Amino acid sequence: MAGKSLFRKIWDLHAVAKLPTGQTQLFIGLHLVHEVTSPQAFDMLREQNLRVAFPDRNVATVDHIVPTASQARPFADRQAEDMMKAIERNAKEFGIRFFGIGDAHQGIVHVIGPETGLTQPGLTIACGDSHTSTHGAFGSLAFGIGTSQVKDVLATQCLAMTELKVRRINVTGRLRPGVYAKDVILAIIRKLGVNGGIGYAYEYAGDTVHRMTMEERMSICNMSIEGGARIGYINPDETTFEFIRGREFAPKGGDFDRAVQYWKSVSSDADAHYDSVVDLNAAELEPMVTWGITPGQAIGIRERMPALAEFPESERKSAELAYHHMGFEPGRPIAGTPIDVAFIGSCTNSRLSDLREAARIVKGRKVAKTVRALVVPGSTSVKEKAEAEGLDRIFSEAGFEWRAAGCSMCLAMNPDKLKGREICASSSNRNFIGRQGSSTGRTILMSPVMVAAAAIEGRLVDAREFLI
Amino acid sequence: MKITEISGTGIPVEGNDIDTDRIIPARYLKEITFTNMGKYAFYDERHDSKGELRPHPFNDHKYDGAKILIVNKNFGCGSSREHAPQAILRHGIKAVVGESFAEIFAGNCTMLGAPTVTMDEREVIDLMAAVRANPGTSIRLSLVHRTVTYSGKTVPIHIADVVQKALTEGTWDSTRLMLENMEKVRTTAGRIPYLNRFQAAEG
Ligand code: SF4
Repeated sequence: MAGKSLFRKIWDLHAVAKLPTGQTQLFIGLHLVHEVTSPQAFDMLREQNLRVAFPDRNVATVDHIVPTASQARPFADRQAEDMMKAIERNAKEFGIRFFGIGDAHQGIVHVIGPETGLTQPGLTIACGDSHTSTHGAFGSLAFGIGTSQVKDVLATQCLAMTELKVRRINVTGRLRPGVYAKDVILAIIRKLGVNGGIGYAYEYAGDTVHRMTMEERMSICNMSIEGGARIGYINPDETTFEFIRGREFAPKGGDFDRAVQYWKSVSSDADAHYDSVVDLNAAELEPMVTWGITPGQAIGIRERMPALAEFPESERKSAELAYHHMGFEPGRPIAGTPIDVAFIGSCTNSRLSDLREAARIVKGRKVAKTVRALVVPGSTSVKEKAEAEGLDRIFSEAGFEWRAAGCSMCLAMNPDKLKGREICASSSNRNFIGRQGSSTGRTILMSPVMVAAAAIEGRLVDAREFLI
Repeated sequence: MKITEISGTGIPVEGNDIDTDRIIPARYLKEITFTNMGKYAFYDERHDSKGELRPHPFNDHKYDGAKILIVNKNFGCGSSREHAPQAILRHGIKAVVGESFAEIFAGNCTMLGAPTVTMDEREVIDLMAAVRANPGTSIRLSLVHRTVTYSGKTVPIHIADVVQKALTEGTWDSTRLMLENMEKVRTTAGRIPYLNRFQAAEG
């Protein structure tokens, strides 16, 4: 009989019961809560006279709506202030740990979970946010849920779930200098499509993935959802264990050693059964950029944008809409495209290593006069560490704005937004129409290093020219 | 409540990969209740930058009162925001028929008692064309028989067994179902290593 995948093992361990619908009632080990998708859920609890079943398995923070220029309270935006008050009140009333403004643990929910040691292998993790897949980098089953499901988890610490199939994605080969995890995941989505992952959990494996740091692995798993896969994970290994060791909420002393035994035990067996297996040679990859309005519409920086005839019939309309929105011409090179805004941030790429890599390029250079550039650390702790290393000065001297932690320009729920037709080189994860706050604004996704290079040049360039 | 059948007129919103940012722009997520979401469905596609109406099926009076939304591939991809189905449902839609749906979106719809059902590409194109040609076309979606019937024609649909069962048997209130099992939840918690200082790690 074939062995079991990590998905199978964690699923079986957390299965509480079969529901009359045929779904599985699945225990959720860690529920992360943020200000935007939770207030309605707490209201429903109050209406139905329900309590939070396992308060200490729930942790809340604020990220989406918080301004990153000044975080002084009350916020200038009344709606934002109301939303802050709601989560503060809810956390208190229901007895949930809360990392608010001014707390070193405050930050983008998918940055602080790992950073505080809350995110560990072998957990089921849910959050009212689709990029919860990020936490799969540690070998957990982590996925986004809607607000009614947030209510389910609060009330029962469980979700009604249907099992997923598992696709193993073997990534092999040494990445060339200047090519990053972000480029790998964009290449995977390009290959498998933005809906290729529907019904699947993605297991990322192969020597390329296992050489990656935890931060790089998080960038990969983060964007699983952009490929349609609700869950993406990587089997835990020594890199994972060492990352967790010593963090605030990590197991301590003898508990840690026993934890490692458990963590090792949930890894996929060598002969595990997979519903699908895909291989990707990463040695050939170039830095990737998107040219369209889905993360799958991506090409290497030295490639030309695809001609309409290259698309299968069913995708041609989407491609036409993408070209129309972006104002780009099929068949032309994408390098050289002028940009207006450069954004380094988001739960995909706002960790310390991202800022360090980008700073290497920025150091001693100036942002182009035509570009508005900002760096938004993923958490208050990333911000403090970066400042201790002097990264803030490198960015500020070059002409980047150095901000406080939050989602910022990744989505348009706070004052950081595109205006009109602006084009933004962005290290975030979604280039959807309107995503960055202007219905006519344009987003080009890429690695933080590529954003830094674009900020300096005022146009898209191959950042490798700067790294040599 | 049991949901076995939905009848009404249709409204086609054409295009693949229509994401949740297009269904409801993030700025409307700043409200702490879902009450107003119906007004914001497809807001940026329905209005130009001056707030003037643009051509969009949701602005087109010939589709007023439609209950069945018809879409193409990967509808609802992107974020987990329940605001997206809330916006569509509060606009009056009761069911969505399409080629395929993003999972979180479809799950959110089920939680709200709204079926998302799929049909083959060709059938979706035909249904869209029929509704465009005659917006008064009445459509009957049967969850029991797994069919869509319109203009004297009956077409098979696909719906996940669990979703079909939940809706037709009225068991889509998952909170209620799961609360009944709280004893089992505690038993499960008792065997999960990380909730027990990893003492059960060997087991
Ligand atoms: S950074 Fe962007 S993608 Fe990540 S949680 Fe915030 S809004 Fe969502």
